[in-house]
Parts: sequence; structure tokens; C-alpha cells
Amino acid sequence: MILTSPLASLGRATQAMLAATGRVALFAAAIVSHIFRPPFYPREFGQALMQIGWYSLPVVGLTAVFTGGALALQIYSGGARFNAEAVVPSIVAIGMVRELGPVLGGLMVAARVSSSIAAEIGTMKVTEQIDALVTLSTNPLKYLAVPRVLAATLSVPVLVAVGDAIGIAGGWMVGVQRLGFNSATYLQNTADFLEVWDVTSGLWKGAAFGFIVAVMGCYHGMNSGRGAQGVGAATKAAVVGSSVLILAANYLLTEVFFSA
Amino acid sequence: MITLSGVQKSFGPNRVLRGVDLTIAKGESMVIIGGSGTGKSVLLKSVLGLVTPDAGTITLDGQDVTKGDRDAFLARFGMLFQGGALFDSLKVWENVAFRLLRGHLARPKAEAREIAIEKLRRVGLKPETADMFPAELSGGMQKRVGLARAIAASPEIIFFDEPTTGLDPIMSGVINDLIREIVVEMGATAMTITHDMSSVRAIADKVAMLHDGVIRWTGPVSEMDATPDPYVQQFIQGRATGPIAAVR
Ligand SMILES: Nc1ncnc2c1ncn2[C@@H]1O[C@H](COP(=O)(O)OP(=O)(O)O)[C@@H](O)[C@H]1O
Ligand SMILES: [Mg+2]
Repeated sequence: MILTSPLASLGRATQAMLAATGRVALFAAAIVSHIFRPPFYPREFGQALMQIGWYSLPVVGLTAVFTGGALALQIYSGGARFNAEAVVPSIVAIGMVRELGPVLGGLMVAARVSSSIAAEIGTMKVTEQIDALVTLSTNPLKYLAVPRVLAATLSVPVLVAVGDAIGIAGGWMVGVQRLGFNSATYLQNTADFLEVWDVTSGLWKGAAFGFIVAVMGCYHGMNSGRGAQGVGAATKAAVVGSSVLILAANYLLTEVFFSA
Repeated sequence: MITLSGVQKSFGPNRVLRGVDLTIAKGESMVIIGGSGTGKSVLLKSVLGLVTPDAGTITLDGQDVTKGDRDAFLARFGMLFQGGALFDSLKVWENVAFRLLRGHLARPKAEAREIAIEKLRRVGLKPETADMFPAELSGGMQKRVGLARAIAASPEIIFFDEPTTGLDPIMSGVINDLIREIVVEMGATAMTITHDMSSVRAIADKVAMLHDGVIRWTGPVSEMDATPDPYVQQFIQGRATGPIAAVR
């Protein structure tokens, strides 16, 4: 009994996790199926685009510029060990667009957007606004979740693209100002080594991460417990869940995209 | 006609409804009374399908409410929620006209706004409130906006969950008259939850008392005062002692 109970609780936890994964997957499938069926809510979609895309620009940009700068410093000092300082421009560019742009962008959006979606929808749930929507013949999934998921899936790749550019610029700035690279050579190097697929693979990742962020925010909001405590727990679960899922999805997508 | 038979609902160990039987005739104003936390709101939500009963059946005009076209079913209803449940991202008039701005009842924006302002006037709110956001209103005003939203599309059946709670006596009078008017003029069927005995007398055709998960007593409002049922008597007289425990 004493020996089996840790196993039993591990089993229960695993079972609960699998059940939760199933529910989230069904929820995501329901949202996708609603994307193409009317009624559509263009106004809600527009607002979601502003909230998720536009207002996330500053935080994603700041993250990218510092990351690009730090990356340049690291690769320069690391590369110096085998006299390969010249790889800084190309490694910064590849590292940014393939990996750090989408992942850090996705995580910042998870922190900013997943939480606010979960809190907003969770509050609507506990104040009976979701019930009110239903009685007004409006499907909450269509009215609340679809616009947000669509907006996030479309706008996060754009955020990633902007972040990529800013990150590379950050690396260039540090390269030229601090590490003594020639500006034109640095840019030439960046352009020469970067392939189109490096960039587009990162944008696809961005779309997947945007989808994850919004689905998790909506799911936890709509399943929020009662009261302020319920909303708090939903918000936390949305941020933690979407962050972990982003990192897991990033690994999987990298396998799919780049393991030859 | 709405019929509930043997409706049961539990939340975990909390057995809220334990076999509710109730009939509301078409065009009738039924008032549900009962202590707070006895499951009155859960009862209304069960009829609308917002809460799924564990057992029992609910029918509207003989048709099981869980079957058939849900949109058509919901289009016949209006509901005022206990807390108002206004959408805080939308202006007051957009809340009131919500049904008139989308779906198959959709009309031109200007017309929907006109109707919203007219409904706001009926619940005693000035046209200026139309362009405010719900968060800028007092609790009582939010309640009245919720009421205006419930009646905006002129539904056949209206549920009011504590329509006068939090209102001053004059505003309560206005709302009581309005509910009476809607039932008499529009021929609507109404189901109202209230603790306010003056409200009960003003709007009820029939009264039902929910206690311990069942309908304890039901009858015409004219017979309410004369009933010997000690539960009803304690409730309408507001006594702290009697069969209904004060601590629950
Ligand atoms: N969604 C829910 N989850 C868990 N318990 C609930 C839920 N809704 C209502 N309850 C419980 O059901 C009981 C009746 O609630 P309610 O119908 O709101 O009472 P009232 O008669 O005051 O309207 C309360 O004990 C409440 O805690
Ligand atoms: Mg209630």
C-alpha cells in the first residue's frame, strides 16, 4: 500500500493530464470547425487583432533587440575560441529567425495575451456573461474564441517577422559598435547565409504558437472556476500551459522542419 | 406552457434541486420565492439549458427543451440575470440591442439604437446612458439595463432573476409595473424570482415556494396569505424563527 501509493498517484496525475489534453484538443478542434462557418464576427476579430497583434509589438520588439545583441556578444566570445569570430552575422541571423524569434516572441505573447484572454473570458464566465451570450442566441465559442484564435494565429507570425528584423538589427548594432565589424560586411554576411526557409519555418512556428496561446487562454477562461480565485487560477493555468506547449511544439516542429 | 417534472440537480455533494414539479401556463406570471441559496437561479437556468439537470424533464409547449432547434427555442426567451451580466466591452445601447444587431433578428444599426433607447426609457433610464459603458453605471442602473436587454426583442417568455434587488422603492415600483405591463399587454409568460414581498403582490398571478430542493407550496397569489403552510407563512412574514432554519 505504502509502496504502491506513489505509483497510484503518479498514475492518477498522468490520467488527469491525458484527460485534460483530450479536452483541450477537442476544444481546439471545435474552434477550427467554427472558423469557416457563419455567423462571423468581424468587429470582434478586428479588436482581437489590435489587442493581440498591435499592442504586443513593443514587448516583442524589446525582447528581440536585447536577445539579438546578447547573441552577437556570445557568439563572438564563443567563436573566438576557435578563431571563428566571422560567423557572428550568420549565426545571429539563423539563430534569431529559426529559433529565438519565434520562441521568445511566442513566450512573450503567451505571457501577455494568454493571461489577458483567460482573465477576460474567465471574468465573463463568473459574472454570467457567457450564460447571457447563450440566451441571446450567440455561441460563445464563435463570438469569443474564434476571433481571438484567428487573430493570434495570423498576427503572431507578423510579430515574429518584425522581431526577427529587430533582433538582427540588435546583433548588427552590437557587432558594429562593440565588436568592430564593418557595417556593410556584417549586413552582406547576414544576407548571404540566410535562406528563405530559415525565415518561413520560423513564421510557421509563430502561427502554431499564436494558435496555442489563444486556444489555451480561451479554454482556461471558459472553464474558469467560480469567483476571483477561479479567474486567478485560470489565468495562471493558461500562461503555464501555453508556455510549456510552445516549447514542446517548438521541439516537434524543429524535428519536422530540420531533421534531415 | 412550461412544465418541469422531477427535476434534480446536484453540484458535487450539494443536492440543490431534489425533484421539482412545476407548471407555468401561457401568459401567466409565476413568481418563485424561497430563501437565498435554495436553487432558484439554478431552476431558471435549467429551463434555458444553461444548467443540465441530472434527472427529470422540462418541456415547453409539450416539447422537450433539450431536443429540437436550440436557436429557435432561445429566440423565444428573454432573461434578466441576477447580477445583470452586461457585456462590459460594449456600450449600454449595444448591450440592450445585442439581439437586434446580429443573427436573424438583425436590423439596421440606427433602428436597433432607437429601439434600445426606447427600452431604456421604459426601465427609467435617460437616453444619455445609451452611450455609457456598464462599468460607469451603479448596480441598480446595471440591473435595469439588463432588464431592458431582456425585453428588447419582445420575447414570448421572460425570466427575471431578482429584478428589484438593489433598487430603491420607487424604482422597484417602476419595475414591478413594467413586468406587470409586459405580461398583460404583450401576453408574455413570465417567471420571476424575488425576495421582495411587495414585488410578489404586484406582479404574481401564481406563487411557488422553493424549499429544500422541492416546490413546497404553489397557488394563486390571492391564496398565499391564507395558506396554513408554516414555511410560506414564515417567509412572507419574515420571521427569524420557524421551520426554515436561519442558518443554512
Ligand atoms: N455552477 C455552480 N457550481 C457549483 N455550485 C453551484 C453552481 N451554481 C449554483 N451552485 C450552488 O447551488 C446552490 C443554489 O444556488 P442559486 O440557484 O444561485 O441560489 P438562489 O436560490 O439564491 O438563486 C448554491 O448552494 C450554490 O452554491
Ligand atoms: Mg439566485
